[in-house]
Amino acid sequence: MSAPAPTLPAKLRPLAPVSWKTPIMLSVIGLLSLVFFGFAGSEQSATFGISTGGDVFTLPDLVVPGIATGIVLGLGMCVLAGYSIFLAREHRPTPGWVPMVFAALFIFAFLVWVVSGARTPQISLAGLIAGSVTLAVPLVFGSLSGVLCERAGVVNIAIEGQLLGGAFSAAIIASVTGSPMLGLLAAAVAGALVSVVLAIFSIKYVVNQIIVGVVLNVLVSGITGFLFTTVMQEDPELYNSPGRLPVIDIPGLSAIPIIGPILFRQSIVGYLMYIAVAAVWIGLFKTRWGLRVRAVGEHPKAADTLGIKVNTTRFVNVVLGGAIAGIGGSFFTLVAIDSFTKEISGGRGFIALAAVIFGRWNPIGAFFAALLFGFADNLQSILTIIGTPVPSQFMAMLPYVVTVFAVAGLVGKSRAPAADGEPYVKG
Amino acid sequence: MSPSELSPGAPPPTHANTINEQQHGIWVKITQGPGLVSVLAVFVALVLGGLLIAATDAKVATTAGYLFSRPSDFFSALWAAGTDSYVSLFQGSIYNSRQGFAPFLETLTVSTPLICAGLGVALAFRAGLFNIGAQGQIIIGSIMAAYAGFAWHLPFGLHLLVVIFMGVIGGAVWGGLVGLLKARTGAHEVILTIMFNYVALYFLDFLLNTKAFQRPGETNPISPILDPSAVFPALPGSRLHLGFVMAIGLTILVAWILNRSTIGFEFRAVGANPAAARTAGVNVARSTILVMAIAGALAGAAGVAQVAGTEQVLTAGIAASLGFDAITVALLGRSTPWGTFFAGLLFGAFRAGAVTMQISTGTPIDIVLVVQSLIVLFIAAPPLVRAMFGLNRKSKNKPPKTPKHAAPAPAAPASQGGGA
Repeated sequence: MSAPAPTLPAKLRPLAPVSWKTPIMLSVIGLLSLVFFGFAGSEQSATFGISTGGDVFTLPDLVVPGIATGIVLGLGMCVLAGYSIFLAREHRPTPGWVPMVFAALFIFAFLVWVVSGARTPQISLAGLIAGSVTLAVPLVFGSLSGVLCERAGVVNIAIEGQLLGGAFSAAIIASVTGSPMLGLLAAAVAGALVSVVLAIFSIKYVVNQIIVGVVLNVLVSGITGFLFTTVMQEDPELYNSPGRLPVIDIPGLSAIPIIGPILFRQSIVGYLMYIAVAAVWIGLFKTRWGLRVRAVGEHPKAADTLGIKVNTTRFVNVVLGGAIAGIGGSFFTLVAIDSFTKEISGGRGFIALAAVIFGRWNPIGAFFAALLFGFADNLQSILTIIGTPVPSQFMAMLPYVVTVFAVAGLVGKSRAPAADGEPYVKG
Repeated sequence: MSPSELSPGAPPPTHANTINEQQHGIWVKITQGPGLVSVLAVFVALVLGGLLIAATDAKVATTAGYLFSRPSDFFSALWAAGTDSYVSLFQGSIYNSRQGFAPFLETLTVSTPLICAGLGVALAFRAGLFNIGAQGQIIIGSIMAAYAGFAWHLPFGLHLLVVIFMGVIGGAVWGGLVGLLKARTGAHEVILTIMFNYVALYFLDFLLNTKAFQRPGETNPISPILDPSAVFPALPGSRLHLGFVMAIGLTILVAWILNRSTIGFEFRAVGANPAAARTAGVNVARSTILVMAIAGALAGAAGVAQVAGTEQVLTAGIAASLGFDAITVALLGRSTPWGTFFAGLLFGAFRAGAVTMQISTGTPIDIVLVVQSLIVLFIAAPPLVRAMFGLNRKSKNKPPKTPKHAAPAPAAPASQGGGA
C-alpha cells in the first residue's frame, strides 16, 4: 500500500514479513468445502425462488445440482487459496477482495449444500434475504449504539438492557396513548435513560464500565419483568396491546425483485435504520464532531489538551447511543409482534455487541455484520422448516463463533479504540 | 494514632483533644470504609425495591386517590405493601413459625452453586480478569457431570467422585480456553466469555436432542435421572445436600490459594499491575490461562452442585441465571473468598424467599433481580451512597483522590528493582 511501491521493480522492493495465517486458513476451509459441499454433497438439486408474487417482472427459479455446484464452488475457493499462497511466497500480502470473494463463494456453497440435502430442497431467496434484513433491524440499532459509545471510549455492555427497556416502554406507551409513534419516541427515551445511568456511574463515579453494563442488564430485566407481571398482565387490553407501526410501501420501487422489499417495503423503524447507519457513519468520519469523538476514544488526554471536553463528549455519545438502541428495541413490540413478553430481546444485545466487534467499530461494518447475523438467524428457522441435516443449534451458534474468531485475530484483526473502557480522570 | 501526637513542633495535646481526634478517626474509618457502605447499599436497594412493590400495589393506588383527605391510609398502605413482601421473603428464606428453620436449609441449598460460581468470578477479578463466562462454564460442567452421572454406572462413592471430577474438568476446559485465547491473541476476555456462554447454551440445547443425552421415550429436551450413587447425599426432609460442604471447602481453598500460595500471589500481582508482574518474573500468559481454568473449575463445581445435588437431572435451564448472579455475588463480596461466601448466602436467601413471597403476596420474583442489581450498583459507587446519607462533608477537607493515584506509582519501580 506504500506510495513508492508501484514505481520500483518487484525485485528491488523491500521484503515484507510473510504472514501465512490467511493462506493457511483459506486453504483449509477451501479443501474442506470441496470435500464436504462437493464430493460429499447431495445428489438432489437445490431450487432458489427469486421472484415473489408482487414483482414487476418475474425471474425464473434458480435450480442448481448439489454435487456439481459444490465441486465448482469448492474449486473456486481452492484457486483463491492458491493465489493467496502464491502471493505469500512472493512476500506480498493477500489483497482484501480475496477473502471477500472467498466468503461469498463459501456462503453460496453452504447454501446449496444445506438446501439440496433437505427433505424439500427449495427455498425462496427473496424471502430469505427480506427475512434476514428484518431480523437484523434490532441488531443494527444495537450495534450503532455500541459503535457510538465505544468510539468515545465507553464500553457498552448494556445494549441488551437498552433494547429491552426500549421494547417495554414502546409497548406500554403505545398501548396507553393508542399511538405507536409515541411508543417509538418513548422507546428512544427509555434507551437514553438506561444510558444516563450507565454514563453517571461509569463517567461521574468512575465505576468499571463493564460492571455497570452487566448490572444494568440485570436491572432492566428485573424492572421490566416485574412491571410486566404486576401491570401488563393485570390488564393486557389497556397496557399491552400497542398495535403495529404500518409498513410503508413506496410504489413502484418496492416491486423490484429481491432489493425492492428490503429497501422500499419497511416500517418506519426499518427506514430509520438505513438513515441511522448513514448518519452515524457521516457523523463519525466526515464531521468535526466525529473527529473529536474519535480523538476522545483513542487518546483522551491529547483531546483534553486541545480543549475538547472529554467526559461531556462521552456523556453525550452514551446517551445518544442509548436512544438509538431504544428505537431498535421498539422493533420487538411495534413491528415484529404487537405485545411485550419477558426477556423479549432474548440476548440480541449481545449479538449486537458481537456485530460491533466483527464490524471493526465502524457503523457500516457493524451494519453488514448485523445483516450476516440476521441472515444466520433467519436461515436457521428456514432450514428447520425444510428439514436439513444440520442441527439448527449450530446455525444459532454461528454469530458467536464468528465473533470469537474475529477477536482472536483469526479472520483479520479487529482493534478496539485505544482508550475503550478507560475512565478519564483529569489531572 | 493521630498525627498531632507525633509532630514535635505542635503544642502538647490536651487529653480531651486526643480523644476527639481518635473518635474522628474511627468515625472516618466507619463512614468511609467499605463495611458501612455495603450495609447502606443493601438498605437503599431494599427501600427502592419496596417502593417499586408499593407503586404497583392496588391498595396503595386506591388510597393515593384520596391522599389529601386521609393521608394516613396512603402511608399505612405504602408501608404494608413494602413490608409484607419483605416479611414473607424472610419467612421463606430464614424462619417461619410453621416450618421452623426449614426455609434456611433451602437458602443454603440455593446458595451452594451461587457461592461456587461466585468464587470463580471473584478469583478472576483478583487477577484483573472479568469472567462473565461463569454461565457457560456451569453449563459445560453440568453437561460433563450429568453424563458421567447417568451414562456410567460405577460403584457407590467412586461414582460421585467421578461426577465431581468430570464437572470440574468441564468447567476448567471451557474457562481455560478463554484464558488461552486471551494469552495467545490478546482478545478481550469479556467478549470471549460472553460468546462462549452462548456457544455452550446452544451446545447443551443440541445435546439434549440427541440419543446420547435425551431420556428414552421423552420428547422434551431432558436427560435421564442421575444414578443414586452419582448424587450428593441429602439431609433428610430437605433439599440440602453435601454440595454445601463442598462450597465451604472451596471457599477455604480459594482463600488459601489467594493468600497463602505462590500462584495466588502471582494472580494478585498480575491483577494489580501486569507490566510490573512481568518485569518481576511472573509468566503472565501462564497465569492468565491458569486463573481462567481455576475460575472455570469453580463454576464447573457449581454445575455439579446443580446436577448432582439440587436438580439431579440435566435440562436446558440447568444454569438458570446462576452465572450472571455469580457476578453480582462476587461484586457484593468484594472479590474476597469469605465475602463471596456470605454474599452468596444473602442472594441465596433472596432467591429462596422470593418463591414464598410470590405465592403469599403475589410479588413477582423479578423484584429480586432489581434489589440484587441495585445493591451492586450502589456498592460500586461508594461516593453516591455516602452522598445520600450526607456522609461526604467530612472528607471534603482532604483530597480523597490523591492516595488512589499515588499508590500504583511507587509499586512499579519497587517490583522492577526486585526483578533486576
